[in-house]
Parts: sequence; C-alpha cells; structure tokens
Amino acid sequence: MKPFAYHQPDQIPDAAKLLTSIEDSKLVAGGMTLIPTLKQRLASPAALIDLSKLAGLKGISDGGTTITIGAMTPHAEVAASKLVQAKIPALAALASMIGDPAVRSRGTIGGSVANNDPAADYPAGVLGLGATIVTSTREVAADKFFLGLFETALQPGEIITAIRFPLPLKAGYAKFKAPASRYALVGVLVAKFADGVRVAVTGAGPGVFRVPPMEQALSQNFDPSAIAAIKIDTDGLTSDIHAEADYRAHLVTVMAKRAVDAALG
Amino acid sequence: MQISFTLNGRPTTVDVEPATLVAELLREQLNMTGTHIGCDTSQCGACVVHLDGLPVKSCTLLAPALDGATLLTIEGLQGAPDSNRLHPMQEAFRENHGLQCGFCTPGMVMTAVALAKDKPSLSEAEVRHGLEGNICRCTGYQNIVLSVMAGAAAMNAAAKGE
Repeated sequence: MKPFAYHQPDQIPDAAKLLTSIEDSKLVAGGMTLIPTLKQRLASPAALIDLSKLAGLKGISDGGTTITIGAMTPHAEVAASKLVQAKIPALAALASMIGDPAVRSRGTIGGSVANNDPAADYPAGVLGLGATIVTSTREVAADKFFLGLFETALQPGEIITAIRFPLPLKAGYAKFKAPASRYALVGVLVAKFADGVRVAVTGAGPGVFRVPPMEQALSQNFDPSAIAAIKIDTDGLTSDIHAEADYRAHLVTVMAKRAVDAALG
Repeated sequence: MQISFTLNGRPTTVDVEPATLVAELLREQLNMTGTHIGCDTSQCGACVVHLDGLPVKSCTLLAPALDGATLLTIEGLQGAPDSNRLHPMQEAFRENHGLQCGFCTPGMVMTAVALAKDKPSLSEAEVRHGLEGNICRCTGYQNIVLSVMAGAAAMNAAAKGE
C-alpha cells in the first residue's frame, strides 16, 4: 500500500467537502473491496475519508411500508435483523450469503452498492426489490442507479446515506457462488409486488440487470414452471476463467427458478 | 497518527501510519505473532481477530479503525479468568486433533469462538457455513468441524456454570 492521508469526519457535509476538495480522495466504508484494491496497488488515493464516525448512517428502521437500512450497516447486522427477517426474508438471506462471517462483520450495504461490483449480491437485492438509494443530496431509484461495470449514478462528492426498500408480497434470492470468493457466478433476486414481479440478475454480465420476459411470465403465474423455458441471450454476458457466457445464461434460468421456489417458501 | 484501543483487556496507545494493516501492527509493531498472515488477500482467515466482539480479518483492516475499539487476539483467549488454562475452544481443538501444521489454527479458533458465542447449539451445517472464510490445507476440515462443535458445547456449558 502506498501511504495516504486519513480523515474521519463526523458530519456528512464535512465528508462531502473533503471528498470534493482533496484531489484523488476516496471514501472508505467497510473497506472489504477498497483495502484489497489498495494492497494490490490497483488504486493509490492521496487520502481516505473514513465514513465510520459519521452520525446516523448505521442501523435499520421500520417505516411501516418500507425498511430503511443505513449505508454503514454491516451485512451481518442485516442478516441477523429480526425486522428484515420478518418483512423481507430474502434480503436477510442475501446478506447472510455474502462472503464469509469476517467479511459480513465489516462490509456495508452502502459500500457494496456504491462499488457496484458486477458479481456482488446487494445490487441484485436493491434492483430486484426496486429500492431507493438515498444520498447526501437526493434520492435515486435503483432502476436509474446502476449504470454498468463498477459505475453508478453517484456524482462527485455525493455520499450514499441509506437504502430504502419497499416491502414485497414475496421475494427470494438464489445464487450459484464462485467457491473461492463466494461472489455470485450468477445470483437472481425475484420479488413479487401488487403491481408485478421484478427479476434482477447479478454476476452474469458487466452489471446487474433485469429480465423482462421472466417478469412478465411470473406476473401471470408466480411459479418456477412459468420461466423454465425462458432462455437468456448470451450477448453481453461475461465469459471468464470461472464460466463461459452460455453457462452463465443457463444458470440465470436455474437460479431464477430457485429464487421463485425460495419466495414461495 | 496516534490511536488508542483496548488490546486483550489492556489500554494501548500506538503511533501508526494510516496505511498500516492491523495484522502488521500486531505482528511487527506489537510483537504479537499469534495472529498469522496466510494469504494476505482476505481469503484464508488465518488472521481473524475480534473487533468489538465481531470476527474480522486483520489483514484487511486499517489500523485507524482500531481507535476507540476493543480488540481481542488469540493471545487474549483464556479459560476461566486467571486459571492459566486454555480456552474451551482451544481445549476442544487439542482433544479432537483439530489441527495438523497449526498455521490456520489461530484464525480457526477466533472464528469458532465468535460463531459459538451466544448460540445454545451449533449444527454441523452451521459450523461449515461459519468456517467458510477460514482455509486449512492439512486436515480436510473433519476434525476442525468436530472441534468447533465440541468447543461450542463446552463454551455453553461453562457459560451456564456447569
């Protein structure tokens, strides 16, 4: 790691100001992606701005028809939350499958969403559940937030403060994990709402995406058999050392069926 | 920068570069080599310590995160206070041959203690899921899983005062 300056602001506006005023500075939340990146010298920022001392960014709150999770809430807390387990069990299950216990102690929902790793679990949860990303300056719908490989709608100096989830009627998450990293080779979140079904896929392509043919079929008939014959086009899917695009495409249908099964309990 | 934290029950203040990893701080600055560095890429779990009671990989933790926190390392584990006995989880690893070369053991034990804390019983599936972030290249895990289950039972018996 190359040396860097370290800032621990306690107010969000101060953090935003540091981020815009220090050239080549980076935010650090749990650090589960950033620290390995620094160690490999894939990034060498001049300064890190640690979000852990900011007030009000941690914790889970019940909004009646929504659940709001503070950006600095670690995965372990979401996985163990009685509220999340009761209202959106698929989200608690998703959080419990991220990495390993030590990663879940430190890694945060805000960090995961801001990083938008193409194989991370949370982007599928946030997009599949149609959540809202709350930032220091505005609110962004998940459909407009994830723009592609590690790219989001966040503007310079903008900081995620929370993610707000609407409550689905039913939801399920299934992933086929890469055994060494526990990242999703393919992960699918399926969520049924009063006005239709959302299906979001992570791991298969350069960024999380929805599958409209599956959404339409499941809106008609919320059963794994409704999507069994739907094939995913391999165009734009990832081929790498772990799997070819056609295998990932196949896994999308398999994982989507399992996610529906999980949603049906 | 100067950071202050509680290390195995003792107040500790050190000067560190912000780019210092906790595993490096422990081993190289504080001469506490019980915490091992295996892969140094947050895969293997040999470096697991407890930060404010939660298991974390100290090779993927910046020293500034310790400021104001409580850190427990393998050196801080013990049986009954002042008994000079091993912690029940360490005893269980010894009894069940839960190690061969021993390199992964500090991390295994720290992860296992965190896993077993506040849990009345642990199934084999829960133990295997809980050990996903700890790699052992010797044992094939069978005896580690046995050790963790026995250690968890012993910890809970001790907690109940049996």
